[in-house]
Amino acid sequence: MYVQLLDLACGALLLTAVLVLWRRELVVIIRVFALQGAALAVLVGVLAAHENSAELWAVALGVFVLRAGVLPYLLRRALAGAGESRREASPLVNVSASLLAAAALTLLAYAVSQPLVALAPSAATQAIPVGVTVVLIGFFVLVTRRRALSQLVGFLLMDNGITAVGFLTTTSVGLVVELGVSLDVLLAVLVLQVLTTRMRETFGDTDLDELRELRD
Amino acid sequence: MLGALVHLAFGWRRATTWVSAASAGFVLATAIVLAVEVSRSGPVTAMAGLLRVDALSAFMVLVIGAVGLVATAATPAYFRAEIDDGRATARTAARHSLLVQLFLATMALAVLAANLGVVWVAVEATTIVTAFLVGQRRTRASVEAAWKYVVICSAGIALALLGTIVLNFAAAHAPGTAGLDLATLSAHASGLNPGVTRIAIALLVLGFGTKAGLAPLHAWLPDAHSQAPAPVSALMSGVLLSVAFYAILRVKVISDAALGAGFARTLLTVMALASLALAASLLIGQRDYKRMLAYSSIEHLGLVAFGAAIGSPLALTAALLHVFGHGLAKAVLFLGAGRVLQFTGTSQIDGVRGLIARHPALATTFGFGVLALAGLPPFSLFASELGIVRAGFTAGLGWQTTAALALVLVIAAALITNTSRMLLGAPSTSDTPAATPIPIALAGGLLACAVLGIVAGPLPALLDLATQPLAVTR
Repeated sequence: MYVQLLDLACGALLLTAVLVLWRRELVVIIRVFALQGAALAVLVGVLAAHENSAELWAVALGVFVLRAGVLPYLLRRALAGAGESRREASPLVNVSASLLAAAALTLLAYAVSQPLVALAPSAATQAIPVGVTVVLIGFFVLVTRRRALSQLVGFLLMDNGITAVGFLTTTSVGLVVELGVSLDVLLAVLVLQVLTTRMRETFGDTDLDELRELRD
Repeated sequence: MLGALVHLAFGWRRATTWVSAASAGFVLATAIVLAVEVSRSGPVTAMAGLLRVDALSAFMVLVIGAVGLVATAATPAYFRAEIDDGRATARTAARHSLLVQLFLATMALAVLAANLGVVWVAVEATTIVTAFLVGQRRTRASVEAAWKYVVICSAGIALALLGTIVLNFAAAHAPGTAGLDLATLSAHASGLNPGVTRIAIALLVLGFGTKAGLAPLHAWLPDAHSQAPAPVSALMSGVLLSVAFYAILRVKVISDAALGAGFARTLLTVMALASLALAASLLIGQRDYKRMLAYSSIEHLGLVAFGAAIGSPLALTAALLHVFGHGLAKAVLFLGAGRVLQFTGTSQIDGVRGLIARHPALATTFGFGVLALAGLPPFSLFASELGIVRAGFTAGLGWQTTAALALVLVIAAALITNTSRMLLGAPSTSDTPAATPIPIALAGGLLACAVLGIVAGPLPALLDLATQPLAVTR
């Protein structure tokens, strides 16, 4: 039961990451991102039930509020400022190529995280490659998307993946660090959101192709 | 205990003109006290084991304090000119001072933290605090620079977070260690699983390397440094890069104990040579003097990384001295460049001609600063570069050192050529020579850099202590 639920949550995590690559409308992407946050919270919840730890339950709740609630809300608010016409993400790499790349990245993640799984084989650690895949897909989104908001989602995907790896290794990094990390992510997103707004004021658009002033 | 004091100092931050400089001075004073304390009685721990000061931390606080003092002392003059020209308001200046204080505080936290996780949090916090400082002018270019800065640095530093988590995982499954306490980790590193640790170290070095401006993830640096207001560029280039590099040094100790010296050395050598080559190729044809200084930062951090890669006590001492000397010289230069920009209104090298005829004092300082950067005596960069090169040849890294040296010479030539085009020649416009007061801070910074090169004073003892635990034992 525990193993199945865990795998289900990880499957949802991976699926949502791929969906972000597949869909092009920013509204849908944000909804998928919220779904992924929920999947992450479920993952932590399953671990909490398995280890019977109240602390972990609280963390799961925190993850849910932050990643399925606050962050998507911030993204949606950033999007609301952009007009109807600007809702289409236009990736540098087309969709089918991105999906192929995602498959390649998954293989890479499995290859790279072999030593991690080998160190302490268990149901949770077997799922680590999924977390790593999400990180890699996030990075891929970050470098191939042109809209500021899509890049932001890419960054958050990376972060979701990292958090998943953190929980799957089932070793807490300490409360101070945990809090600091969450706060930093939240602040980074706020900063980026303000910057997107400012960019819209100065450029009239958040297409990063416009960012061509600074280069050698 | 003294570490907590540093933070108390930042607790009250008011936006009046000289408070910034005073608190930076206070950090410097605390740093000196700390340094004396540490070299006399060993590491100090504070705040329930969250902060730990050893010789290396004390040295880094010293650097932060000194460069911070130079930068903040020049800030009032900078803003007076900006406000006079209508490019800034009193409110911008106030917010600037507030953020700079936070910036200094997060950097101090990064070097004082005893836990790798806290180091990560502090380094990421510096990104957040400085994002608005970079984008302060709200022009097209500066918003673009701020966006690139936050996205690239946050993504890079996210890799470091993944590395931290993986290292934590390795530590949890090793005898004698648990958690991310730096001292325990390095003491018990030999028990870590090599496969897992290798992944962790690669991620950590790459991640913190982003923030330190090392290739391949350096793209944010020239943009951010050229668009930020002068005092912020000075702080970012002078200390922020070295603070990030400090994290790499800490990680390297763990790596050396767990994986042997080879792994981190190869990684750092490749990154260092790539940074040097990149800086050299972009400096030769550089047309913007603030970007020129930014690329020179990449070069110097590359050199420091090379020093760390060599890993002998001489190389590490030289690398740390290099951090200090580069911090002072670069801070002075960025502040000087800020003044030049205010006078001429352009950041193009071609737009500035005959500076020495119009603003003799400023031009002289700028010129000497560039000579310091190029590594000429009597400045301390000469001594430290010499040290790194000598250590490289003794350590049997012959061809790598030769390549580094050749690149450094090319860069020095490019820097001097570009600067001489700015300083010499007939003034392009026929305005009258203005008597410009040269901020004492600039001259003071350069003087300190020169003095450091001739007599290292009481520093060697501290540097010895700092490098002892870092040196590769072979």
